[in-house]
Amino acid sequence: MKLKNDWPKYYKKDVVSHYCPGCGHGIVHRIVAELLEEMQVGERAICVNPAGCAVLAYLYFDIDMLESAHGRGTAMATGIKRARPDLFVFTYQGDGDLSAIGTAETIHSANRGEHITVIFINNAVYGMTGGQMAPTTLIGQETTTSPLGRNPALEGYPLHITDLVATFRGVIYAERVSLDGPAGVTRTKKAIRNAFQTQIDGLGYSIVEILSACPTNWKMSPVDSFSWIKNEMTREYTPGVLTDKRGDKK
Amino acid sequence: MNKVFISGNHAFAEAAIRAGCSCYFGYPITPQNELGEYMANHLVNNGGVFLQSESETAAINMVIGASSTGARVMTSSSSPGISLKQEGISFLAGFELPAVIVNVMRGGPGLGNIAPAQGDYFQATRGGGHGDYRTPVLAPGSVQEIADLTFEAFSIADRYRTPVMILGDGMMGQMKEPVVFPDFVKDLPEKEWALKGRGTGKSRYMASLILDPLEMERHNWKLMRKYGEIEKNEVRYESFMTDDADIIVIAYGTAARIAKGAIKRARGDGIRAGLIRPITLWPFPKKVLLDFASHISRFIVFEMSTGQMLEDVQLAIAGKAEIAFHGRPGGVIPTPAEFARYIYRENQKLKK
Repeated sequence: MKLKNDWPKYYKKDVVSHYCPGCGHGIVHRIVAELLEEMQVGERAICVNPAGCAVLAYLYFDIDMLESAHGRGTAMATGIKRARPDLFVFTYQGDGDLSAIGTAETIHSANRGEHITVIFINNAVYGMTGGQMAPTTLIGQETTTSPLGRNPALEGYPLHITDLVATFRGVIYAERVSLDGPAGVTRTKKAIRNAFQTQIDGLGYSIVEILSACPTNWKMSPVDSFSWIKNEMTREYTPGVLTDKRGDKK
Repeated sequence: MNKVFISGNHAFAEAAIRAGCSCYFGYPITPQNELGEYMANHLVNNGGVFLQSESETAAINMVIGASSTGARVMTSSSSPGISLKQEGISFLAGFELPAVIVNVMRGGPGLGNIAPAQGDYFQATRGGGHGDYRTPVLAPGSVQEIADLTFEAFSIADRYRTPVMILGDGMMGQMKEPVVFPDFVKDLPEKEWALKGRGTGKSRYMASLILDPLEMERHNWKLMRKYGEIEKNEVRYESFMTDDADIIVIAYGTAARIAKGAIKRARGDGIRAGLIRPITLWPFPKKVLLDFASHISRFIVFEMSTGQMLEDVQLAIAGKAEIAFHGRPGGVIPTPAEFARYIYRENQKLKK
C-alpha cells in the first residue's frame, strides 16, 4: 500500500524544525514543497527567503534558494526572473518584511506585473525579533511595542497590503486564506496552487496571503491561536480571492 | 573599431555592453542619467535587460538577484543614491557575488549639488556598507579609461566574486572625448556557483546569515584572504613626470587631470614636479609612494574634497616625508593655474 503522504521530494530529510510548536511556517513549507513536486517546477525553482523567522527556510526547502535583505525579496526575485525568465521564482515573506520595510519593493514589483509568486505569511506580529507590533497588528492587539494594545490614533490601522496590490492591473491572482485548521490547510494549498499556476502559464504576478499562527508571540496555545485566526484575524482580513484576472489574460 | 566621440556616461554603458553585461538596473539621478538612458536603448537592442527601478535600494537588490544567476550585471548612481545602495553592496560582498557599481560623484553631504566632487572616497574605499569587507575601486582619468576600466571592473568582479566600484565624478560623466572601445566579449565562461534551479543535481543556497560566530569568523577571514590577493595583484597607478621629480603630487580622476596641467606649467618655470595617479583607490598604490618617500621630501595631495585620499597617502608614507594638501570640495572645479600656484608655494618651502 502506498502511503498517502510521502515525504515531499523538495523538503530536506533529517532536519529538525527550528519553528515553534503551532507555528504556521512548517505547514506552509510542507504545502509549498508538495506543490513544487506535484506541479513539476522544483528543478527550475528559486525561492527568495526573507529576513525573519523564515530566514532559515533553506534548511528545509531542497531547491535553489537566495536569502534576501529585509524587505527586498521581490526586488531580488525581479532580478532573477528578468535575468532568467525560464526559472520558476517565488518569494516567501512575512508581514514585517513585505508590508513594512519592503513596502516599496512589494508595491512596485506587483505594479510592474513581475512574473513571480509571493507567499505572504501574515501573523500580525514581528516573530523573529520577539513579538513587536507589525503594520498588520490588529487594533487593540497587545505586542511588546504596543503594550496597551494597538491604538489607531497613535499607530494607525492594520495595513491591507494584499487588498491594495490586488487593485493593480499587473496583479493577476491574489488570494487571502486563513490557516486555522485542517480545512485551512486545504484552502491554503489550493490558493498557492492557483498562484503557482499563474506563473507557470506565463500570466504574471500572483500573491497568496496566509493568516498564520504565531502562538509564541501571541502568548496562546496552538489551539487558541487557531481560534484567534478564525474569530479575530479574519474579521479584519477577509479571506477570499481578491483578484483573479487569469481569464482576461488567456 | 574606429574612434568615437562620446561622453563618459555613455562610455560606461557602451563598454559594459561590450564586456558582456546583460542586465542593468538603476534609478535616475544627476549627473549620471545618460548612462541609464543609453542602456535603455542599446542594452535592450543587444538582447539585454534594462529596468528602471523604484529606488536605488531596489536596483541594487535586482542586481543581487540577477548576479546570483551568473549574469554580468551593472548598476549606476551618484553620491546620494550610492548611499542607498550600500546595504546591497554589503550583501554582495557577503554572498561573494560579482557586480559593477558606477558612482558618478557629486557635491555633498546630503543632496549637495550636481557638480563634480570627490567626497565619496571614504565611503567607496572603506567598504561603505556594514560589516567586515572591502570593495575594489577603480578611478578613471579619461573617457578612454572609463571604457577600459569598465572592462577591467567586470573581469575583476568575476575573478574574485566581488562587487567592484568605478568611482567617477560629474566631470568624467559629462565630458566627451574620443574613445576606441574594446571588442565585444564572446563566450564568457559558465559560472559554476550560480543559482540555476537545482535540476537533477543538489540544491544550493546563498545566505549571508551565519549564526555561529566561529563559522562567521571563518567566513570573514576567507573574505580577507581574497582581499589580500586583490591587494597583491590588482594595484594600478600612473606615473607622470616623476623620474626627476622633487615634488610628487598625488591625485586621481578629474583632480589628476587638473594636476597634470598644473605640473606642466610648473615645469615650464623649472619646478620639477611629478604626479602619481592612483587608478585603483582600493587597493591603494602604497608601495610606490613609500619608495618615493625614501628620496623625496615633499608630497602634495590634491583632491576635490576636504582631504580623504590624504589619509591613505599618510598611511602609505608612514611619516617618512611631509605631506601638504590642497582641496576644493563642494563641486568647485579648481583650475590648473590655481593648483600651479599651490605647487609654487610648496616649492618655495622646499628651498628654505
